Amino acid sequence: MATGYIVDQRLDCKGLNCPLPVIKTKKVIETMAVGQVLEMVATDKGSKADMVAWSKSTGHELLDTREEPGLFFFYVRKAK
Amino acid sequence: MAVTSQELDQLVSAKVKELVEHRLEQLVNERVRAVLEAEGRSADRPKRLAIASSKGTLDAAYPPLILATTAAALDMEVGVFFTFFGLHILKKKGLGNLKFVPVGNPAMPMPMPNLLGALPGMTGLATLMMKQTIKQKHIASIPELMAIAKESGVKLWPCQMTMDMMDIKPEDLIDGLEEPVGAATFLEYASHADITLYV
Repeated sequence: MATGYIVDQRLDCKGLNCPLPVIKTKKVIETMAVGQVLEMVATDKGSKADMVAWSKSTGHELLDTREEPGLFFFYVRKAK
Repeated sequence: MAVTSQELDQLVSAKVKELVEHRLEQLVNERVRAVLEAEGRSADRPKRLAIASSKGTLDAAYPPLILATTAAALDMEVGVFFTFFGLHILKKKGLGNLKFVPVGNPAMPMPMPNLLGALPGMTGLATLMMKQTIKQKHIASIPELMAIAKESGVKLWPCQMTMDMMDIKPEDLIDGLEEPVGAATFLEYASHADITLYV
């Protein structure tokens, strides 16, 4: 687990289902500067695997993930 | 500094080897790039998804649009060819009014004898229930997914032959589409795709 990063922006995808969390993440990442970190929170269980795939495909770095009951947090650093 | 002829030979051959290897590497890279470009795919091009969408029901409209919008979010290049009843999804009167047809669908979510699906009004009822579920579960609607697809640069091709066959005019279709094309255009596009799907 990576530590020592500051969250620059937050995105609330609670209640949204596939494929919206991934699509919204991509949309917000596009507005950010390279190196900035986005925190995305979702309730969709599928996003656990999908965010890993999204990060692999786009190259944006998935720094960290964590879970609270019913909530999935993702920390993404914009790579390019 | 005195250098023996043997040492000189070694130095020269090492230098020659280095230069030859460097040049060879350059030539191979140029050649590979040229071959890839001749095939229409540059070495660092994005991955491509090509979908043929041929069915015009509410449930059949979801897979192509979900996959297309997600692929775009994954930085892929996406093109969808809407043919036969799939073209209905692109109609102004179709997009927001797609129907879910219960008859002949053994996977209906609610327990119902299959034959009842054929009764008048059942398609409307099943569509209503499906749309309510979609809304309650916060699943994107078909018009929403279509808007995302357009916004993220997904190419949406109406099939010209279907338009002719079903008397569909360009003004019957929603905005933001590519020009209508035929099978050859889609196949040429799909021949350079990494993933090709037929729905």
